[in-house]
Amino acid sequence: MRFEPGEDAAALREAAAALLSAQSTPAVIRAGWPGGSIDTVRGVWQRLAETGVVATLVPEANDGLGLDENCLVPLFEEIGRSGLPVPAVETIALAAPMLAAAGDSRLGGVLSGELLVAATLRGGDLVAFGQNADLVLLGDHHGGVLYDRKDLELEPLETIDGSRAVARVVSRRGGVPLGNAGAVSAAWQRGVLGTSALLCGLAGTMLDLTVGYVKTREQFGVPIGSFQAIKHHLASALLALQFARPAVAAAGWALAEGESSAVDDVSTAKVLASDAAKLVARTAIQCHGAIAYTTEYDLHLYAKRVWALAPSWGDAAWHRDQLAISLGLKEL
Amino acid sequence: MDLRWTSDELAFRQEAREWLEANVPAEPLPSGDTAEGFALHLQWEKKLFADRWSVVSWPKQFGGREASIWKWLIFEEEYYRAGAPQRVTQNGIFLLAPTIFEFGTPEQQERILPRMAAGEDMWAQGWSEPGAGSDLAAISSRGVRDDANGGWRLSGQKTWTTRGAFSTHLFGLFRTDPEASRHRGLTYFLVPLDAPGVTVRGFDRLDGDEGFAEVFFDDVFVPDSDVLGGVNQGWSVAMATTGSERGLTLRSPGRFLHSSHQLVELAKSRPGQGRLNDRVVQSVIDARAYELFTLQQVTSIVAGRAVGAESSLNKLFWSELDIRLHETAMELLGEQAELDGPWSKGFLFSLAGPIYAGTNEIQRNIVAERVLGLPRK
Repeated sequence: MRFEPGEDAAALREAAAALLSAQSTPAVIRAGWPGGSIDTVRGVWQRLAETGVVATLVPEANDGLGLDENCLVPLFEEIGRSGLPVPAVETIALAAPMLAAAGDSRLGGVLSGELLVAATLRGGDLVAFGQNADLVLLGDHHGGVLYDRKDLELEPLETIDGSRAVARVVSRRGGVPLGNAGAVSAAWQRGVLGTSALLCGLAGTMLDLTVGYVKTREQFGVPIGSFQAIKHHLASALLALQFARPAVAAAGWALAEGESSAVDDVSTAKVLASDAAKLVARTAIQCHGAIAYTTEYDLHLYAKRVWALAPSWGDAAWHRDQLAISLGLKEL
Repeated sequence: MDLRWTSDELAFRQEAREWLEANVPAEPLPSGDTAEGFALHLQWEKKLFADRWSVVSWPKQFGGREASIWKWLIFEEEYYRAGAPQRVTQNGIFLLAPTIFEFGTPEQQERILPRMAAGEDMWAQGWSEPGAGSDLAAISSRGVRDDANGGWRLSGQKTWTTRGAFSTHLFGLFRTDPEASRHRGLTYFLVPLDAPGVTVRGFDRLDGDEGFAEVFFDDVFVPDSDVLGGVNQGWSVAMATTGSERGLTLRSPGRFLHSSHQLVELAKSRPGQGRLNDRVVQSVIDARAYELFTLQQVTSIVAGRAVGAESSLNKLFWSELDIRLHETAMELLGEQAELDGPWSKGFLFSLAGPIYAGTNEIQRNIVAERVLGLPRK
């Protein structure tokens, strides 16, 4: 028994964290919003790709790192922490290994960071980052089909988090099959896992921002962080986050090892991560006070991503429902 | 990451499971927080000790098996899974003993630990006083030096002392230097409750059991050999125990894994209550989260990293999880919830969780100040 990331996972975290903390600034997140320069965002993504992390799940035979889901957790936590507005989970955890398995020549462009891949796997028509991804993977219970973005008629939608660039698929033509039913279902599990890790990272950033703020913001002549009302809010927020993180790590291990409990472990992770991130977002806003209710201050950039990701890939209620079925509390 | 047990650990689990299946009483014992139930629980403790299951992690010379902390977790999980009796010796074994291992003299260890493991001496914790609850450093019970007899004379009152009326000994903090500031000037004493000048009065807890006592000290002589750690060092000695109490050793994940499985079974027996499924599932999720957090924490401990203030996170999580879980059970039971039974008993007991071992308000202060680094004032 050893519950801590292995050397590979730690190295991957370090590589991603070093680059993102220096380059993925709040200004870069804002560049992903309407009217911003998406090239700025893509520039950071390309430099991240140069560290090799996009190839995490790609076999070494395909010029990948040949690592497993254990390594996805710290990597996506760091990407979540940075708030970089890209379909990172879809590109790294879904498309890259699926393209490698299919021998698709576009793998090279994905690994180099030139191509971003958006995806929806459960037959829905809303695609996050669909407005600016290069490739779009549309999947359902029959399997997946990969489209060039120009093969799809996409209707851009306005969203709470403007950097999500959500599009509705109006019509499609062309496309090549990518992944059978089993491969799409496995990709879904990796997507849920990765999203859970993103949520933990976002929560970490919001908590750090808030702790920093309440230490310096003074009211009644003292830092507001000295008030028990604030302390108790933030302790509860940390509590939720610190009990979600091991569940996400354990789900990564279960997927990597092909454990029979893996699907339940992934659902457990998503419930805890979604609920923790939502609690941290609400707490962060409340503890900041009015400054949090502005768009000039950066907090909203991360909170809005949480409000997008918590309901994606199955919200907490949906995953609890899956667990209820697994526990025999409910019929399929 | 490697979340698998070794074959040695699996063999240990099997041995524990077989012993428990063969020995756990078929009918649950009456509450160990009543006079009648306590006596029956002591017999159980002696049985555990006879087969070296009462203190699995202790050295063999004191009655243990030198089990690793991983094996201790496995034993706890099997213990709760088997529905074995509550540990009435808990406050000695899990709270005092770690302190004795750390601060006790060899003579104290030899004299105290084997009798504790054997269920011969039962220890109560004497910290709270009428004027010192969350504010533990406000302790006013005092010890006055008695040089002529080589010891101290204790006076004052302890209260809300769990199983104080059934215990033989008490470990507690007393003020030995009235001039020193709050946290300084306290000394950790080990006191036999049959010493002249000690009066114990039991009283009922909220759940109806006579589990509490107040303990009065009227010029009680305690020899120097019953001071644990240094004179006026009591606060730092005691803090070693609070780490154990809040965290792992008081409430291992096995307890909540078992409760959450029982909750699922209860829910299945109440098919009309599907609207509560979400909360039942959340209890399973929370118990699993506590288990995984613990595995991560034990990995840290085994690697030699201090847990420190993070033990307050354990305490907050398990105590609040326990209440949610029991509230859900009570709703599943509907109008039967008011009847006496294991769930109503468990519900009443769960309400104490956020109070004992340092209230959750104090724990949140600790988390905010020592983990998040917020200003004390």
